[in-house]
Amino acid sequence: MATRATPLTAPGGAPLAGRPRDSIAAWPLADRLGYLTCWAAGIALCLVTAAIVLFMLVKGISYLRPSLLVQSPQGSLDQSKAGGFLDPIVGTLLLTALGTALAAPVGVALAAWLSEYARPAWLARTVESGVEMIAGVPSVVLAIFGLLVFSQGFLSFLSQTSAGGSVFGKSFFAAGGMMSLLALPLIVSSTREALAQIPAHVREASYALGKTRATTIWRVLLPSVRPNIASGVTLGMGRIIGDTAIVVVLLGATLQTEGAGGAPLLSTLRGTGSTLTSYVYTNSPTGEGNAPQKAYAAAFVLLMLVVGLNAIVTRLSNGPRATNAERSPLRRGLRAVRTPWTR
Amino acid sequence: MHAAPAGESSGARPRSPAPARSGTQSDRRTERVLGALAAGVLGLIALMTITVFAKAWPSFSHNGLTGWFQSGGDVDQQLREMLTSGTQGGHPTYHLRAWPLLWGTILTTGLAVLIGIVFSTFAAIFIVEFAPAPVRRVIEPIVRLLGGVPSVVYGLIGILAIAPWVNHHLLSESRKSSVEYLVQLAGSNLSTATLILTVMITPIMVAIVSSSLAAVPGPWTEGSAALGVNRWRTIWRISLRTARPAIIAAAVLATARALGEAIMLSMVSGGRGFAANPIDGITFLFEPVRPLAATIVQNSEALSAPSLGRTLYAMAAVLMVSAALLSLAGWAAKQPLKRYGIRA
Amino acid sequence: MPPPVRRIAIDRPPRVLPPSANGAGATAAGSPNPRRRLARPPVSDVIERMRIESVSLAYGARWVVREVTLPVRRGEVLALIGASGSGKTTLLRSLNRLTEITAGATRAGRITLDGEEIERLEVNELRRRVTMVFQQPNPFPMSIFENVAYALREENHGIGLGRARRRRSRRELEPDVVDALVRAGLYDEVAADLDHPALRLSGGQQQRLCIARALAARPEVLLLDEPCSALDPLSTATIEELIVGLRESVAIVIVTHNLQQAQRVADHVAFMHLGELVEYGSSEQVFDNPRRERTREYVSGAFG
Repeated sequence: MATRATPLTAPGGAPLAGRPRDSIAAWPLADRLGYLTCWAAGIALCLVTAAIVLFMLVKGISYLRPSLLVQSPQGSLDQSKAGGFLDPIVGTLLLTALGTALAAPVGVALAAWLSEYARPAWLARTVESGVEMIAGVPSVVLAIFGLLVFSQGFLSFLSQTSAGGSVFGKSFFAAGGMMSLLALPLIVSSTREALAQIPAHVREASYALGKTRATTIWRVLLPSVRPNIASGVTLGMGRIIGDTAIVVVLLGATLQTEGAGGAPLLSTLRGTGSTLTSYVYTNSPTGEGNAPQKAYAAAFVLLMLVVGLNAIVTRLSNGPRATNAERSPLRRGLRAVRTPWTR
Repeated sequence: MHAAPAGESSGARPRSPAPARSGTQSDRRTERVLGALAAGVLGLIALMTITVFAKAWPSFSHNGLTGWFQSGGDVDQQLREMLTSGTQGGHPTYHLRAWPLLWGTILTTGLAVLIGIVFSTFAAIFIVEFAPAPVRRVIEPIVRLLGGVPSVVYGLIGILAIAPWVNHHLLSESRKSSVEYLVQLAGSNLSTATLILTVMITPIMVAIVSSSLAAVPGPWTEGSAALGVNRWRTIWRISLRTARPAIIAAAVLATARALGEAIMLSMVSGGRGFAANPIDGITFLFEPVRPLAATIVQNSEALSAPSLGRTLYAMAAVLMVSAALLSLAGWAAKQPLKRYGIRA
Repeated sequence: MPPPVRRIAIDRPPRVLPPSANGAGATAAGSPNPRRRLARPPVSDVIERMRIESVSLAYGARWVVREVTLPVRRGEVLALIGASGSGKTTLLRSLNRLTEITAGATRAGRITLDGEEIERLEVNELRRRVTMVFQQPNPFPMSIFENVAYALREENHGIGLGRARRRRSRRELEPDVVDALVRAGLYDEVAADLDHPALRLSGGQQQRLCIARALAARPEVLLLDEPCSALDPLSTATIEELIVGLRESVAIVIVTHNLQQAQRVADHVAFMHLGELVEYGSSEQVFDNPRRERTREYVSGAFG
């Protein structure tokens, strides 16, 4: 009676009218100008992004050779001839790993405290503002503060000490420590928002079973926000990879990673080196090296890393949540609780 | 935990909720540990603030609080002199008038945020209201990608591609010679730096404004359409008004980012502590500048030198105070809107 | 032993009559259709404003309204009644072309406003002449004054580039705003608070504000989509009185699923079922002497 498939003609056979008719041609001039400006802005945005990506793609492909990725930089005067940027790549990976390893546990713990405990109230508010403040502080300021801290005598084990007794203060430890401050606000905010979304009945159910708050957090709440923690950590990693100021100030700016002392990993971490970002900075006309081709190649690799990380974040925020949302948080959370009755 | 011991008959007395034994203790322990961690992070932040200001104070006190911010002489020369200056009778002999650096910061940040917020608002309106669905799906990852590009890559493109183009096509010889006696004009200048800085801060603003525009309640826009107000005017009068707190928040966040941008600006802004003069007309756009953050980065090796180091900390202190004042101003600007039911 | 089951009985209090119901609405609580029309002043002349001719509406491939023909007259209230899904709201929304906002909506037939086909009119001008009040009150996040003046500020005055908008000052707008608030019965309550936020009003006041906002630009037809379904009985009664008073200056079409409301308020009633117009007539005729079996079933509560 009421449903009929295509074609759509009126019962009397008359033609149907249906296109939306808020015709822009009928608008006053000012409105039409506004409409055009919006379109222009949108198109400009796409064009600019396309230009940047294409430009870097072209330059990168033309200058990137696989040999660059596996050779260490040579300390010759003419940078464009010799060596690759293996050490900077290693430096980037090392620094990112160090920074993330420091930031992730502290960030998650901080977020859990702010979300679940938050006592005394003045401390919670101050910590909140403090974390927001770090997010707003320029990384240069973090860098020079880091230099101050790590040049102190009691932290000399984290970097080298020169013959005259003054602590060098620049090492992977120093840079990694300050980098973790960069990633911290991102991890804290992602985790906090996710924890706030967990409905109250999940926590109540866990307490009603006799679990302590600590166990609830560790075994019920945090596992259920794992994707959000992961995406926060990835965002933080992106920020660390892209930062140059801290590296320039705190990593010693030696082309090759130079360890200090004997122990295998520790010596590298206590030593100096460079990352892709400082490599690009140094090889650009601003720095001392004069190898724009290598700078382009390194910048291309950097960009690929960042794009890859972005893709991971997109997949993390769209993929697992789709499946996780199908299961109710209660079941997810209760699954992790162990009582004498569950086997 | 409270199970009846095995072997007891099932018809035993009903179990009453017994208090948890060690639960509360472990809770308190965890709370103390986590609280200590939070306090530790807070302490670190406080330490950073105090240290920066403590190290900065001598520079302010030596130059005078008003003197530090004024202009007077060539800032670069003054900075160089600090490296070589000694002390006379226990007092350092340098002086610093940092106005050109401050003016450079104000110019680049202010212009970039102004242009950027207008551009980003229109782009956000486009994304939310006018873009066809396939375009909208593509634009979101595009904006996120743009926001993830490291600043050094922007700097590289700027200094290797854009600056030479500007130098070649926009700067005529006559213009260069007209100010030759004062300063050298090159591709790295105020306009190039501002342009790239605008592109850098646009993604933040587009993301915030567009998510706020998308959250405008449907009944409001439908009600406006039912009153005979066309789509653009509805956007202008209802959606933008509702999104105003978000626009303010976006501007504040973008300004904080622009203030702290050191690397790209040190590569592209011209590298000279010169106070660009608007009176010069079009030439004003091509004069070199060097904002505060870029200055810190470029002189970072000299942090341990007494006079120069303290000056750099003084610049860092100025940056931190500006960032704090900025968030305060943003908070204050959002307050009057809460009255009408527009919540950030 | 589980406790014994106890039957719970609720004594229903007698139905509350609207304040100005006819004295003759002496109602037997059990009688199916007691006559309870609101007392209303007679109207001098009744003019046809809109004509709906053989209108059919479809969303995608699904017909929602089929071949409906109705007149809409100034001086009377037309009520569209029917069960959920009968197409009455869709028909209402097609009168000011709000159905076009939904993708895939198509329409056949003719709807004319004062003789002109609404398809040919510019859509925003149409919506200024045929305004709508929605089910949920939706005042804008502005002051009360600005809400009512909203449509007034949009009027073109043919100055400058031919279609430019002139910015009108508050003093210019104030008489129109006050008049609209008076006609909506809200002025006495908010006269001192015109600059207060509109969202601070109660639900009934907000709905009256929406009515005032719709009336400000002096429309020819006022469409009401279940305006009282979200309100308490007292606000409902106030708005119903309002509607009856407004019919003299504005043609009113009201969609309601509340049969008693239709009885109180309407002059003519159109009963729709599953998209088709089953019966159209004066309210006495439809409620007391329905011609069709389906109508009789609906008004006696057999379904719906």
